Amino acid sequence: MTSLSAKDKDRVRAFWAKVSGKEDEIGSDAFSRMLVVYPQTKTYFSHWKDLSPGSAQVQKHGKTIITAVADAVTKIDDLTAGLLSLSELHAYKLRVDPGNFKILAHNLLVVLSIKFPKDFTPEVHVAMDKFLAAVARALSEKYR
Amino acid sequence: MVVWTDFERSTIENIFSKINYEVVGPAAISRCLIVYPWTQRYFGGFGNLYNAAAIIDNPKVAAHGLVVLKGLELAQKNMDNIKATFADLSKLHSEKLLVDPDNFKLLTDCLAIVVAAELGEDFTAEVHAVFQKFLAVVVASLRKQYY
Repeated sequence: MTSLSAKDKDRVRAFWAKVSGKEDEIGSDAFSRMLVVYPQTKTYFSHWKDLSPGSAQVQKHGKTIITAVADAVTKIDDLTAGLLSLSELHAYKLRVDPGNFKILAHNLLVVLSIKFPKDFTPEVHVAMDKFLAAVARALSEKYR
Repeated sequence: MVVWTDFERSTIENIFSKINYEVVGPAAISRCLIVYPWTQRYFGGFGNLYNAAAIIDNPKVAAHGLVVLKGLELAQKNMDNIKATFADLSKLHSEKLLVDPDNFKLLTDCLAIVVAAELGEDFTAEVHAVFQKFLAVVVASLRKQYY
């Protein structure tokens, strides 16, 4: 699809600055929500005992993910290079079907919409959607 | 046949009673036209869709948002038979409007995001899951008459 324009990047950075401080709860909510709303995603976590939203593993993994997303914001000018090792992890070890990146992205956007109903305007939404798609693309680089 | 639990029925009824149609309908459709601009191809007669502000201010877009939401309400009132209820609507979208059915998902994604903003923390994962199931049934019903 399309690449990020300068305006997109500005919007992402500006909005993410507002998110600052709430990252952990956003990450945990988005990830746990995804497991509930799109149960097929649970297949990747069959080795965890408890997949309910309150579980410590689920909460922790949500934080892991959002930390990586926040990091991606700082690397927005070259996501492919910036996310290289994460791409290798997902491609060779985790082997998550890339369709799921879109599902997680959607859940992130839903949570952002809940937490920032006024700030998550349509313009911010499109910039964030493009950004998360670009992150997904960078994560898919090493797949084949 | 789609099976709905009591929790799912009451959750959907709850959502529709809480949301303001005049806000959610127009917001969802304008968001779709902004976030996925290629969907504008179906709205050539709507006038100025030049940028986000124009889309949000466009009265035809707003009116259409309400039409879409009334359609969803129809599904909610006929939850046990959405497929049959939407047979004509499906034919309309496929034969007359010629809408690529993959676009339905784009609109329902925007709907989830707009309803999430409306309901705030009440849009829990459980409520979200029920709404997602409802939207999936609606989309499948709309796709049914495509050949």
